[in-house]
Amino acid sequence: MKRENLQLDSHGRLRHFLSIEGLSRSILIDILNTAESFTQLSTQSVKKVPLLRGHTVVNLFFEPSTRTRTTFELAAKRLSADVLNIHVAHSATKKGETLRDTLANLEAMHCDMFIVRHAISGAAHFVARHVAPHVSVINAGDGSHAHPTQAMLDMFTIRREKGEFAPLNVAIVGDIRHSRVARSQIHALTTLGVNEVRVIGPRTLIPDDIAALGVHACSRLEEGIRDADVIIMLRLQNERMDGALLPHEHEYYQLYGLTQQRLQAAKDDVTVMHPGPINRGVEIESSVADGPHSVILQQVTHGIAVRMAVMSLCMGSGARETAEAQ
Amino acid sequence: MTTLTDPEQTRNLLDRLADHARTHLQRRHRDNPVVIGIHTGGVWVAEALQQRFGDPQPLGKLDISFYRDDFTRVGINPQVKPSQLPLPIDDRHILLVDDVLYTGRTIRAALNEIFDYGRPASVTLATLVDRGGRELPIQPDVTGCQLDLKPGQHVKLQGPDPLSLAVVET
Repeated sequence: MKRENLQLDSHGRLRHFLSIEGLSRSILIDILNTAESFTQLSTQSVKKVPLLRGHTVVNLFFEPSTRTRTTFELAAKRLSADVLNIHVAHSATKKGETLRDTLANLEAMHCDMFIVRHAISGAAHFVARHVAPHVSVINAGDGSHAHPTQAMLDMFTIRREKGEFAPLNVAIVGDIRHSRVARSQIHALTTLGVNEVRVIGPRTLIPDDIAALGVHACSRLEEGIRDADVIIMLRLQNERMDGALLPHEHEYYQLYGLTQQRLQAAKDDVTVMHPGPINRGVEIESSVADGPHSVILQQVTHGIAVRMAVMSLCMGSGARETAEAQ
Repeated sequence: MTTLTDPEQTRNLLDRLADHARTHLQRRHRDNPVVIGIHTGGVWVAEALQQRFGDPQPLGKLDISFYRDDFTRVGINPQVKPSQLPLPIDDRHILLVDDVLYTGRTIRAALNEIFDYGRPASVTLATLVDRGGRELPIQPDVTGCQLDLKPGQHVKLQGPDPLSLAVVET
């Protein structure tokens, strides 16, 4: 039996944005194209459009985050939405309230969209399954499962830098096992049809069944980045693993740190990306992070336009369904 | 679909619109206006006007999708094109151009968007066709022709080259 796709409405339009898995190429392209239009906003003297005026967006963050939360907040504000930031450390969940009760209370305040980050994989899906029909849910990172807006801003950055996806060889380097970013990137890259996706890292940090996702695994950095068009470095997530899986930071840098010298194995016009925050001298050399191949700060800028696109596409379909039901 | 004006008649209509617009602007001393077309048909008409004015300035293009008043009913069209206003518009005279004026809602949205880019000295509205049916207090300053159409009928500008007008029944 085909499982119902929670992310799409009855017309196949984006309703929630929970994972790249299950979304078609055309929906991903729609997101990228809509984001492209929003980048123009920075040329206006009023950097705002009235699309979500009168709507309330809730940033529901059960895990600390600065970059993701602020870019979601900025994106919502540029769409003229009202934004509520709820951090779990200050919230009633600490007093024993369940997630469902928290949601019910927020819905009672007539909120229209939840941006959810949670340490447990599947949390955003859980929320999406339990919200009122007019509410949209966007996954801002759940456990080691998915971080789809990060993946889409990376795709946006790649398209801006390279134009086409089809000819590209993309290398993702680091802790693939614990990385929700890597998982979402792999789904996005294969759906958009790049030539090859390679994952590179210590064997302990690469899932055994990774080939099932259509990627090639490699444990040597120089070999993995040979002739790469794009290299995506991942942050070493010390907080997500116990010591046994990981060589010492210094040893990791010796084997997998992206240095100027190693970068020469890639194509001359290689693009170097990193979702941040970067650990200088652990996964990447400072001169590479700040060098001409790096687009790390552009990724942050693009994050705003991409999140605006996802929010307006989801909210548009949610509002439509409600209007049609009336 | 029935043809309203063939390419030659459309060219004549554009000539007339350009003459009217030039006279209208000169009488009011609105010199050196920034011409802004609304996607997609309005941009074609704006290009045709600018050719006739012999104006070398870059053309402004607006996509009003993010300013529409029916977002909650129709959602967002992912085919939206970026707006481009290549010049600062503060204290400038603007000639706002669209192909067909109907309810006035597109113009309302366009005015809102323009004011998010700056504060123009004036805005003059030129449309190739005024087909009646206004729902807002918005009128064109100059127009190529006026039509009286039934609610189920729509005028469509076909282009970009050559331009022609047709009536579509829905």
